[in-house]
Amino acid sequence: MLRTHLLEIKYEFLKALRTPQYAFPTLLFPILFYLFFAVVMNRHEGSGMGMATYMLATYGAFGVIGASLFGFGVTVALERGQGWLHVKRTTPMPLSAYFVAKIAMALLFSAIIVISLMTLGFTIGGAQLTLPRALALLGVLLSGAITFSAFGLAVGYNVSANGAVPLLNLIYLPMSFLSGLWVPIWALPRGLQRFAFFLPPFHFSQLALKTLGGGRGMPAYVHVIAMVIATAVFLAIAYRGYRHDEVQ
Amino acid sequence: MSTLHQLYTAPPPAQLANVTKRFGTTTALDNLTFGIQPGELVALLGPNGAGKTTAVRLLLGLCAPDSGIARVFGADPRDAANRIRTGAMLQVARVPEPLRVCEHIELFSSYYPSPMPLAEVIAAAGLEGIEKKSFGSLSGGQKQRLLFGLAICGNPDFIALDEPTVGLDVEARRALWKQIRAFVDRGKSVLLTTHYLDEADALADRVAVIDHGRIVAEGSPSEIKHGARSLEDAFLALLGR
Repeated sequence: MLRTHLLEIKYEFLKALRTPQYAFPTLLFPILFYLFFAVVMNRHEGSGMGMATYMLATYGAFGVIGASLFGFGVTVALERGQGWLHVKRTTPMPLSAYFVAKIAMALLFSAIIVISLMTLGFTIGGAQLTLPRALALLGVLLSGAITFSAFGLAVGYNVSANGAVPLLNLIYLPMSFLSGLWVPIWALPRGLQRFAFFLPPFHFSQLALKTLGGGRGMPAYVHVIAMVIATAVFLAIAYRGYRHDEVQ
Repeated sequence: MSTLHQLYTAPPPAQLANVTKRFGTTTALDNLTFGIQPGELVALLGPNGAGKTTAVRLLLGLCAPDSGIARVFGADPRDAANRIRTGAMLQVARVPEPLRVCEHIELFSSYYPSPMPLAEVIAAAGLEGIEKKSFGSLSGGQKQRLLFGLAICGNPDFIALDEPTVGLDVEARRALWKQIRAFVDRGKSVLLTTHYLDEADALADRVAVIDHGRIVAEGSPSEIKHGARSLEDAFLALLGR
């Protein structure tokens, strides 16, 4: 049992390592965006948290969401649609091994992204970050990978192999923008700021910002409850697709 | 318990009883009854769309019948104990390509409590010399042999092979036939679907001809051929074409 789980993780990792063309964009985009918006465009204006610090939380969230959605959603949709998951389902493989391996990959990618951002922010971005805050931020961001892996799973189990990538791009990019992950939430029009309350990445990024002493001042439990509800809804949708797949 | 006693009481490796399966308005299987005895290689022969793949999927627990029952070793195909005793080779559009032959086998073997040793799987599936090649770099025949290797690596008693040689050249087909035959010679049972008549003729102990979700003829290849010059003539006559 344990050996199966470890081997699934090992080979999931080797697959990604041997096909860097698939993994690369997921890692590169948040880092490039952070470099552009937080480091190059940063004008160090005014008081409060600097942009390079603020955007560690928001682009960290953006990167974690991407790694989770694409690591889970796209690979499950592809392996399901192309029949590979069915081959595995005919074996005694515990389904947990399959999912644990994918979660492990999402966490690994997330950690690479967040640590890269922190390194950039600290060395050339002028981000203000103590070690305890950096660790708290990393912890919050990694725990968000669970929610968005569930989101990816919901898409992967309900959308065809060809539909998953376009659909996820259609969700990922606008949802990130509207949640204040690209430009700060307070820079968006007031109507959009209110709408963001209904988007999971907003709550995710608010929790991340809180570890840096920022955020909009809503109590943390509001965001935690929102994330838990979102996770439950995504898992329910994923389970619906899974049942449909298993009992045709 | 004596061997003879076991022979009489052991449930058949695979059994479909009065199974009907519909997909929307299409009836894939129409009150189909069909089974495999221990040590037998049965070919389910029929044109595309006859219901062969659906029969395999039902026996692997990948879908459930609308009515009737599907049984493997007398129990639900989804039972954990049955998954251990069953192997499958499905028609799959894509297999993870960056992984190597031996890595695929190592991973699949880890799912089973008493798998075959790696070297035995390599030999039984004819994969000598390409253990280190990635799946993506294999030829069509080698890919099918690896999928066969994955089907047998858990040391199952029954395997279902869904069109195992489709798209292969003569040489590659013959090579896979040899591996399949060797598996049956070890006392194991095989369900093989095919639309190649020569494949059914060369391999099967028993052939069940299926069309529009029904069995239209069943018997040894020579019984099916009875009165016809070839299995092909018999097949076309059975399908009324």
